[in-house]
Amino acid sequence: METNLVEFVPLAVLLPFFGAGFAFAFYRNQSVQKSITLGTLIITVILEIALLTEIWHTGAHAVHLAGWPAPFGISMVIDRFAALMLVVSSIITLAVLLYAVGQGAAEEKNDSGPVSIFYPTYLILVAGVSNAFLAGDLFNMYVGFEIFLTASYVLLTLGGGEQRIRAGVTYVVVSIISSMLFLITIGLIYAATGTVNLADLALRLSELEHGTQLMLHVLLLVAFGIKAAVFPLAFWLPDSYPTAPAPVTAVFAGLLTKVGIYAMIRTETLLFPGERINTALMIVAGLTMIVGILGALAQADIKRMLSFTLISHIGYLVFGLALSSIVGMSATIYYVAHHITIQTTLFLVTGLIERRSGSSNVDRLGGLAKISPVLAILFFIPAMNLAGIPPFSGFVGKLGMMQGGIAENTWITWTLVIASVVTSLLTLMAVARIWARGFWRKGEDAEEPDKLLLSKTLTHARAANKRLLPMNMVAPTAALVAMSVAFTVFAGPLMQFSRAAAYDMYERTPYLDAVLGEERVDGVRDELTEFTEDLLVDLDTGDAGVEDHAPVRTGLEPEDRENLEDTRHSTSGDEGEPVEGGGD
Amino acid sequence: MTINLTLLIVMGVMLAVGIYLLLERSLTRVLLGIILISNGVNLLLLQTAGRAGLAPLVTDGAEPEEYFDPLPQALLLTAIVIAFALVSFVLALIYRSWVLARQDEVTDDEEDRRVAAKPDYDPEEDAEVETETSEFIEDEQMTLKEGGEDRGDESR
Repeated sequence: METNLVEFVPLAVLLPFFGAGFAFAFYRNQSVQKSITLGTLIITVILEIALLTEIWHTGAHAVHLAGWPAPFGISMVIDRFAALMLVVSSIITLAVLLYAVGQGAAEEKNDSGPVSIFYPTYLILVAGVSNAFLAGDLFNMYVGFEIFLTASYVLLTLGGGEQRIRAGVTYVVVSIISSMLFLITIGLIYAATGTVNLADLALRLSELEHGTQLMLHVLLLVAFGIKAAVFPLAFWLPDSYPTAPAPVTAVFAGLLTKVGIYAMIRTETLLFPGERINTALMIVAGLTMIVGILGALAQADIKRMLSFTLISHIGYLVFGLALSSIVGMSATIYYVAHHITIQTTLFLVTGLIERRSGSSNVDRLGGLAKISPVLAILFFIPAMNLAGIPPFSGFVGKLGMMQGGIAENTWITWTLVIASVVTSLLTLMAVARIWARGFWRKGEDAEEPDKLLLSKTLTHARAANKRLLPMNMVAPTAALVAMSVAFTVFAGPLMQFSRAAAYDMYERTPYLDAVLGEERVDGVRDELTEFTEDLLVDLDTGDAGVEDHAPVRTGLEPEDRENLEDTRHSTSGDEGEPVEGGGD
Repeated sequence: MTINLTLLIVMGVMLAVGIYLLLERSLTRVLLGIILISNGVNLLLLQTAGRAGLAPLVTDGAEPEEYFDPLPQALLLTAIVIAFALVSFVLALIYRSWVLARQDEVTDDEEDRRVAAKPDYDPEEDAEVETETSEFIEDEQMTLKEGGEDRGDESR
């Protein structure tokens, strides 16, 4: 008998839960707890990579728990987008866990005490995030959100110091309000349609009155917008994130806001496709970018600065999803994966900086490039990546969005394209400031530097590196940096993949087929396919402007010019290759 | 769909009072606000089931419309459990905040205050640049004093 691997999707949620249970049971024994947690996450990563390879070719698949068919039972749905998010998120969490283990080992002497609650809570966070990614109905998504939010409350206030409690109160109250809004929306949607299954809703919501649809749509977006930290709803984030320990902040910054974005993308594609509120979304996106990055420039603390850049880059994602075109959405999917990695890496590096120099305030840093070149490289690559300097993946993603914006060719998309270029430059300025002060200038120039920075000679400083930057903290960070570089190296296949994912999501039939069965979808299939065809923007002008702007004829002209044109047709656009006049 | 007017009004009042309390600075009132809002939302979920009917067990000869919709109650139960967990967590936070700071209020973020109070003028960025900005002159003097240690800096 052959069992399909994809049927094991629920394990992505169950494994971390079981792991958490066992880890709680062994709360007295740190090393057992550690190995259980590590083992669970490694198995989860392997499982999810296997799932991704399966889904890569076959597309969406739904598992109906306990055999109850949708829309009556609970279904877990994995499609290309969800699979990608699962893999990226679990790799990130594994790397952060390794870092946390390293940090725990390094700080054991500081008498901060072994915290037996950390590992199980961390696993519950992972389970909640996976559940939110896989949920096939709104209520299950709500439960997923609550699981990881509750875990995040515990992680944020770990240790219960004054700072963390203060930050925790704001964070908890704001999150609870957004959850309540989500719950209200679920109630209203159920009252209006009589179902909470996402696939079923996709078919039924369009039958509602226009005004009702708009209200439900906006309510959902506001609830998710608070979680995703979109501009007017983002002020809780820089207040609360920086106080947590470095690994916790890293995983929060990388994952939690992206779950919000994931839910927004699902809302925009599956539940309420169309261009009803795109202009409003774009205005919000532009404000998120600009306000976020201006906030970052005002900060002196690296963690706070990064929190603000996190907000501003959420703006890019909202822009991409507001474009409502395959190009924009595929760039968004790519950018989400890229941004999870980059933001996590930067926060981990900041943790290392803080360990090495005793402070994360840029005014008090200096000379780090000389003291630890490894740390400098680890910071430099993701920082440039965040700013979107070519050839890094940040550039590829942003370029895709700008292409989408330019192809749409309305005043609002042009405004957004300009705003995103400006934001990119300001991000560069923000990270360059960290670089110039923390790494480039001399150690003596720093204001009241910590004594960790002031070694007598370079040899002394390098010797201290071994103690302050232990290998088991640097290695996970380096692995994440390598992963972020891999996003550039494999940009071609990844872009192709996210294009396929974007196409699936707008067409919706793969998702609906998987959940509801083909018979129910057949009635509307043509309509859905037609809808998607409208969203395909042809970016390729055929000659990339060569004929107009640079008509060069040489003796080396290839003979079969026709063929060459054809191959170019089929490859460009998929890889987001820089087209002349692409917006910068 | 039939809606019970009394429940609807009770829900509205609960949400309104809850939101009012949530806007207070005192944490205990915020907590009371959260409790009221979550119960208000639960009432909303309850009402989405519509008019009361037969228990959702198969009864001979009963039409499907006569049964009561059980799903909202399942959702409601889950929501109650979650709200209970959250409320107890917030209560613990408030207690901890009281133990640490002896005050039952949302405290200011110090870093926020510091950044806000920062003058527009940053000596490092906005000061008049001296006429000689080259670092090399200084470096040359340094190398004379200290030997080869700064050479690595120059080569970059």
